Amino acid sequence: MPASVHSEEAHENDQSMMDAEMEEPVNPILLDEKRVIILPGSTDTAASFQFEGEGHTLGNALRYTIMKNPAVEFCGYTIPHPSDAKMHVRIQTDNTTTALEALEKGFDDLMDLCDVVTEKFTVARDQYKDDAAYAMEG
Amino acid sequence: MAPLIPSQEELQRRRIIGINAETVTNIPSTDFPGHWPGESHSWALDQFKDNFKVEFHRNDPYEASFSLIGLDAAVANAFRRILVAEIPTLAIEYVFVQNNTSVIQDEVLASRLGLIPLKGSVEGINWMHWYRKPSEDDDGPAPPGPSDFNTVVMQLAVECTKNPDAAQDETDPRKLYHNAHVYAKDMTFTPVGRQEQFFTGEGAIQPVNPDILIAKLRPGQKIDLEMHCIKGIGADHAKFSPVATATYRLMPQITIERPILGEDAKKFAKCFPKGVIGLEPVTAEDAKRQGSGYEGHAGEMKAVVRDAFNDTVSRECLRHEEFQGKVKLGRIRDHFIYNVESTGQFESDVLFLEAVKVLKLKCARWKRGLEDLMA
Repeated sequence: MPASVHSEEAHENDQSMMDAEMEEPVNPILLDEKRVIILPGSTDTAASFQFEGEGHTLGNALRYTIMKNPAVEFCGYTIPHPSDAKMHVRIQTDNTTTALEALEKGFDDLMDLCDVVTEKFTVARDQYKDDAAYAMEG
Repeated sequence: MAPLIPSQEELQRRRIIGINAETVTNIPSTDFPGHWPGESHSWALDQFKDNFKVEFHRNDPYEASFSLIGLDAAVANAFRRILVAEIPTLAIEYVFVQNNTSVIQDEVLASRLGLIPLKGSVEGINWMHWYRKPSEDDDGPAPPGPSDFNTVVMQLAVECTKNPDAAQDETDPRKLYHNAHVYAKDMTFTPVGRQEQFFTGEGAIQPVNPDILIAKLRPGQKIDLEMHCIKGIGADHAKFSPVATATYRLMPQITIERPILGEDAKKFAKCFPKGVIGLEPVTAEDAKRQGSGYEGHAGEMKAVVRDAFNDTVSRECLRHEEFQGKVKLGRIRDHFIYNVESTGQFESDVLFLEAVKVLKLKCARWKRGLEDLMA
């Protein structure tokens, strides 16, 4: 064993901590202080949220699902400064809901969308594999 | 009042992004509530389920091509970005140089080593944790440091010697000397602790391509170093990216609006890649149809669109006088043709599924984070 690396046994305390984290693999750049805050000047139906460590990947996809909500009057996202890893989402809703609820619904819809994509992708891939195997035999 | 349902033709029209000689039209998506008076467009999972389609074109372990149809660009791009930058793989991060008398400097050698794609048992990779680097500002407890669950150790020890059996007039250094070339296959993996359970046999940590040239040596020169590989993501450094390329393009659409016949048809076909435009004789039926433009041209060759998939949308056909107003180019807004080329750690189709999983996980985590705001 290389001298610079020691085995697990010496670290039993750390291990219990690690196990808790292991439940779900965490993105290292998001590992520290993953926080969301509401920016000052918000009301129930109009608020800006700041997500730390996020970018266009989540920002644009989230904007899309939130805009799909008919109770939302406006939704946009921005990265105010490229060297600050911060993403802002602005949501304005009518009075049937709140900005926070609209944001939650946005996350829910995006997760549902991901499930559908996974399901259909898997089916199409397995079908393609079967067809290819069949073509090989035939 | 029930929402208006736009006609199929109207929906089809909205799906096409117009590509003209100098402009691109109809770019943004308009399928949002409030954009078209009276129409709904609100998020409907069932509707999405019915419309969304996946078609595979190719599925090799290290390269896959498939179409996702019925998605918005915002989501399609999120998947692509996650593929490139947010799926973790293993790469060499720390190099401890015990000896390096080769002409290649330590830091250059270390940088080259870092870029070598590695592979190993997927189960093992998933079992591994992130390696926490000691932070620059010294607050909080020190991270645990390298251990079997966050660091994989590899060794590279080669020495170049003369080959006494080489022919007198030999000029090839590879025959003249032993170890004149150092390849990725010369790296050896040393399992530590529980790594033995995961990274054994085929699943051992090894370079994807054994023939990557790392350095060249001459007799008496020596490289002896230890490498620590950690899990990381492409956003941190490109060496961690699991894909060589992950791209998408929109499905091209070519519409021939007025007949293109004879010599023009041949020239038209030449404006496109092979197989995109075909030539067919004008049938008697075509010629009989009033207003089709084919009247009296029975038997002549006409241009038809065979397979727009392979088109590059070069717009070459728009440069020629004779095709003015006869052809319309476009792309289908919600038909994304992905091409995913894996570096070797994961299979390409698995990578895409992984990307979808990462996006979903992100949402779940942030949603949980919102609970603090509610309080």
